[in-house]
Amino acid sequence: MRILVVGGGTGGTIVANNLARRLAPEIRARKARITLLSASDQHMYQPGLLYVAFGQMMPDELYRDEASLLETGIKFHVDPVEKFELDQNRVRTKSGEVYDYDILVIATGSRTMSREVPGLQEGAETFYTEKGAVKMFKSLRNFQGGKVAIVVGVPHKCPIAPVEVTFALHDYFKMRGIRDKVEIKYHYPINRIHSIENVAIWAKPEFERMGIKYETLFNVDEVDVENKVVKSMEGSEYKFDMLVSIPEHHGMEVIEKNKLGQNGWIPTDRYQLTMDGHDNVYVVGDTTNLPVSKTGSAAHFEAEVIAENIASIVKIGTPVTEYDGKVYCFIEAGRDKATYAMFDYLNPPNLRAANKPMHWFKMSYNKMYWTTVRGLL
Amino acid sequence: MSETKIIDACNTYCPGPLMELITYMKQADVGDTLELLSTDSGTANDVPEWVNKIGHEMGSSEKVGDIWHIKVRKAK
Repeated sequence: MRILVVGGGTGGTIVANNLARRLAPEIRARKARITLLSASDQHMYQPGLLYVAFGQMMPDELYRDEASLLETGIKFHVDPVEKFELDQNRVRTKSGEVYDYDILVIATGSRTMSREVPGLQEGAETFYTEKGAVKMFKSLRNFQGGKVAIVVGVPHKCPIAPVEVTFALHDYFKMRGIRDKVEIKYHYPINRIHSIENVAIWAKPEFERMGIKYETLFNVDEVDVENKVVKSMEGSEYKFDMLVSIPEHHGMEVIEKNKLGQNGWIPTDRYQLTMDGHDNVYVVGDTTNLPVSKTGSAAHFEAEVIAENIASIVKIGTPVTEYDGKVYCFIEAGRDKATYAMFDYLNPPNLRAANKPMHWFKMSYNKMYWTTVRGLL
Repeated sequence: MSETKIIDACNTYCPGPLMELITYMKQADVGDTLELLSTDSGTANDVPEWVNKIGHEMGSSEKVGDIWHIKVRKAK
């Protein structure tokens, strides 16, 4: 059985490692082969970018060599896929190689699309890339006071990031002793301050206690860079001195070019995690079109289901389990407190008060991630 | 006449039904109708509030069993 994983982020790496351990006897007996193709030889811990934006982590702390994270039975190549030929069960890569498969896992992830909004790329800070996070920190260090606006594109990776960055901004300016010189205004696309109702119920009085202003039903439409004004599709506008953007995301260009899904999101069965119309193609993480958070956590839980099912197909000819929609998200509530949200398709998140131990657990997890992605945790 | 696209946002908490509708509305062409399916009781109020503010057009809104079926036409 030839298993091909395309994408070396959280989802693809966990699928490959988990599978390699489950199929160790079959790999030794040459009855199964796992190949991982990635566009990069590096693996980035993306949640760390928020800390880089506030000077709490250095960029080099976010990276490991992808090869160092992989089980020995996995064949790894840095060679991005350019063509998916699903009807022939094969892909073609940038180097010209052709890889045939019996089962394909697509884990290509997502990308920021700041350019979708006129002026946003030039006029806003964002921490969704290494370069952006470093630039944002330098801007924050030089900021002496004025109006800071947070705007949120739809859809976006890490749905908890808008409230996390807002709390972090409040604590950062407080730490520098200039909070009284800064107006922070949070703008959110729907009619409450977070998509998870319990997060909105928790965060609203926290915002009010911290003096953070907010406006809901604000979908960013345009940034007037020269006059420093951000405008919404709903018709309102706000003049800022610093604009922080959670940018809109799309799936990867290769998915769109191969017509696998509009805006790069692949239509996926929410329980089996197979691509619609292709039972031997699995989709994991941000790449799916599922109405599930685009987070490493969702990718992690999906990856475990996919690995278990591919292993059981190899061993007994049938999948054995389903994805239940599980997501677990830490929520940093500033520099020294955190809480979390855990939910699935049937159970809504029940939020607890933010506390210091949960923050230190999150700080520990920032290191423990490297065991998660190896498929050990 | 364009066909109605179904958005199944049943039993989801994040990003949630209205965020799903906004995502698909951005991908739709003017004149397209989207039908949002949701098990969240708040959706029946949340969607018309956004649709009216942004200037799209509300179609039918009805609860069948446990599921809200809400139709919205992209007007601009």
